Amino acid sequence: MITFIVNGKTHEFSGDPTTPVLWYLRDELQLTGSKFGCGMGQCGACTVHINGVAQRSCVLPVSAVSGSKITTIEGLSEDGEHPVQQAWIEHKVPQCGYCQCGQMMQAASLLATNPTPTDDEIVQEMSGNICRCGTYPRIHKAIKSASKTLAAVQYYDPKVKGEQA
Amino acid sequence: MSQYFDLTRRGFLKSTAATGALIFGTYLAGGAPRVIAGVLAKPSESAKTANLFVALRPDGIVEITCHRSEMGQQIRTAIAQIVADEMEAAWDKVVVIQGKGDAKYGDQNTDGSRSIRYNMQRLREMGASVRHLMRQAAATRWNVPVDSCSAEQHVVTHSSGKTLTYAELVNDALSITPPELAQITLKKRSEWRYINTAMEHIDLKDIVMGKATFAADVFEPKALIAVVVRPPVVGGKVKSFDAKATKAIDGVIDVIEIPAPQGAPQFQPKGGIAIIAKNTWAAIKGRRALSVTWDDGKNGDYNSEVFKASLLATVASPQSSVREIGDAANILANSSDKLVADYYAPHLAQAPMEPPCATAIYYKDRVDVWAATQNPQADMATVGAMVGMPKEQINVHVTMLGGGFGRKSKPDFSAEAAYLAMKTGKAIRVQWTREDDIQNSFYHAVSAQHIEASLDKNGAIEAYLHRTAFTPIASTFVEGATAPLSLELRLGFTDNPINTPNMKLESGEAPAKTRIGWMRSVSNVFHAFAVQSFIAEAAHKAGRDQKDYLLETIGPNRILDVTEENAEYDNYGADKANYPLDIGKLRHVIEKVADMSAWGRKLPKGRGLGIAAHRSFLTYVATVVEVEVSDKGDLKIIKSWVSIDAGTVVNTDTVKNQVQGGSIYGITAALSEGITFDKGKVQQSNFHDYRVPRMSDSPLEVEVEIIPSDAPPAGVGEPATPVYAPALCNAIFAACGKRIRQLPIGDQLKA
Repeated sequence: MITFIVNGKTHEFSGDPTTPVLWYLRDELQLTGSKFGCGMGQCGACTVHINGVAQRSCVLPVSAVSGSKITTIEGLSEDGEHPVQQAWIEHKVPQCGYCQCGQMMQAASLLATNPTPTDDEIVQEMSGNICRCGTYPRIHKAIKSASKTLAAVQYYDPKVKGEQA
Repeated sequence: MSQYFDLTRRGFLKSTAATGALIFGTYLAGGAPRVIAGVLAKPSESAKTANLFVALRPDGIVEITCHRSEMGQQIRTAIAQIVADEMEAAWDKVVVIQGKGDAKYGDQNTDGSRSIRYNMQRLREMGASVRHLMRQAAATRWNVPVDSCSAEQHVVTHSSGKTLTYAELVNDALSITPPELAQITLKKRSEWRYINTAMEHIDLKDIVMGKATFAADVFEPKALIAVVVRPPVVGGKVKSFDAKATKAIDGVIDVIEIPAPQGAPQFQPKGGIAIIAKNTWAAIKGRRALSVTWDDGKNGDYNSEVFKASLLATVASPQSSVREIGDAANILANSSDKLVADYYAPHLAQAPMEPPCATAIYYKDRVDVWAATQNPQADMATVGAMVGMPKEQINVHVTMLGGGFGRKSKPDFSAEAAYLAMKTGKAIRVQWTREDDIQNSFYHAVSAQHIEASLDKNGAIEAYLHRTAFTPIASTFVEGATAPLSLELRLGFTDNPINTPNMKLESGEAPAKTRIGWMRSVSNVFHAFAVQSFIAEAAHKAGRDQKDYLLETIGPNRILDVTEENAEYDNYGADKANYPLDIGKLRHVIEKVADMSAWGRKLPKGRGLGIAAHRSFLTYVATVVEVEVSDKGDLKIIKSWVSIDAGTVVNTDTVKNQVQGGSIYGITAALSEGITFDKGKVQQSNFHDYRVPRMSDSPLEVEVEIIPSDAPPAGVGEPATPVYAPALCNAIFAACGKRIRQLPIGDQLKA
């Protein structure tokens, strides 16, 4: 029996422990926001957060995430209010939309550790996520704009003490 | 949109039939587009004959049916924009329903960049008819002249100031005879409030929340999962297989052989062995455990290196004439200083992010299919043939498409699902993996071209000879066809814009040894690559600026009618009067993009600008690319500028997004190693060896300007793609002096 927390809820899985997290999420939990794109960690359509860090769920067996917190796009925010989702809407990033959940999960993970990435850092972090519609320029702009929102929140959060406050 | 499928809508209509909803539609394209109204207690006679529906519900909500497939071009939004604008519907009262496959809609084949071109007029007329009917209903209620009533945003207002909402008028309108076409007045352009704006697309929020329904996201019905191992060589068959290990895997339910196709490939499944399992992972594991011996058949000798040599040999000697004026062959035979170039481009796979996927349930008198399809009517025919039923008994629900690019016009995957559903009696979802997609596509043709030209004393092209040879799409439909269809040649070959007194265009034959299909922009991609690269080569030879020379080479403003030069040309099926090949428009986009990019500015060492322009799908595009090539030969695309004249456009932001994305899709042609074959088998399998552009390969800015136009709408989804590779390669030449004639670029810059 493998136990983990998906979007805040505890789940148990007693099936094949080699099952990739992606297929567990999609087939068992019907959380379909995470997409299948390549099955070998090459395209990023399946990106989820494991304990807050972006990982490719298509090559990650459930046995490796026992006891972990998994966040999918469905759990990124209640109603699409995460700054990355808002920035995606503001810049009208998606075309077909298939890769975008993975793109947003990757971007959210980047900004969580580096709220003000440089242009090159964005390119480096996001080049593992493929978009065949070619929305890269808009993704880049959306991350810059989400970065401003996140940085602003951080700078003005009264609870934050020290240099940043 | 929670109400995505029209399945939901049928349910709704049943439940509200008692209160009456007003349904509008036009007859099939070609018939008089007259509005019909009726109550849908059960599908009424009028509803059966109607095709494009606008349903005004008693609660005032407007349901607009989108009969074209959504694959990122925001057609669902565009159709709603057109209807709602003419109807004067309030945008927050509009719901879009995805239409099933049905001949009553007319053409549903969502390719060729023509959804708006085919439908804008009849959608406007339908919207305007509803607006007229609302005014009429209010005028009747108030007993006033209809001209004293105006409709705006779901409300009819009388000149006295009194008002009635559309919802309040639904019942009144049911008893009014809808207007004839002559009675309705379309809005003036200045009155448009939705059309030609950048309004947000209706599916945006669902996509951002992860709620959009793609093919693999359909859970009603709950299906078993099938993964198929297909013959690695086209025309190959299963010789024998051993499923013992597969069947031992927990979750695997069945192993079923799919029969090999007969005759030309068409859209038939390739055959092979299907592993059916309770979940996707078990099916994938089951396939890994399966051992199959194949009979490769006659295409087992397909080798890309050998084939390349044969294509280049073909274009080295005279071929069938496609278009001719003057005496190019003779002039070139006697020229001592001509420019000669051979261009080559490999097969490509469309590789949409969502691999093909379809779910099917078989009943004795019908099959229900849910598929990511660009052409649901092709699914009806293909599935019908596969299960032995008339196509009318195949219900095809169209999901959102995670990209299409032409791959999903070929519904072999739906036929697989239907066949397996028939054999098992269960709901089956066929899930293609990326390897399946890369290795079992209908590939973009491999091509070789030979161009030679002589320049006069001013450097202008005095004689031009161009030969093309590529594996034709014709071979997918006619077994053994080696010559391209006229419609493949008119994509950037027959309609060559070079203004010269002596031109000869020839086309050779090439036997296809795999399945050939269309990919975004089709043969425009390699034809524009050759023509636009060659013009830049000639500019260099003449010692001229690329942009100035390009303008001079296409010549003065005029309408070019290539049929006057012994050519067959159907102008994308469009009327020449409405959509002439207008060299003036091509010149205009070139001049515009030159302005945008500050063409001619001084650049640092290692930087270069390249330009290319091309008309495709009746739209004019010019692109400038700026690159940097390092001393070591590393390439970086700095920025791109695109100017597009697509006639009237519906959503200006969608057009920009499509043009940005179409440009980046064009990078694939330049950078990807392509699809190559050895012993008949595809040598690539996934994104690690089939390279597609990533953010690190792309410009971070693609600046787009739409030329304002009130000409009829032309194509948007495809035309930005063909110009990209030549503009890029011209920029590379400007940056470092290396000319790329063979794609991919690969390590040619390192040499």
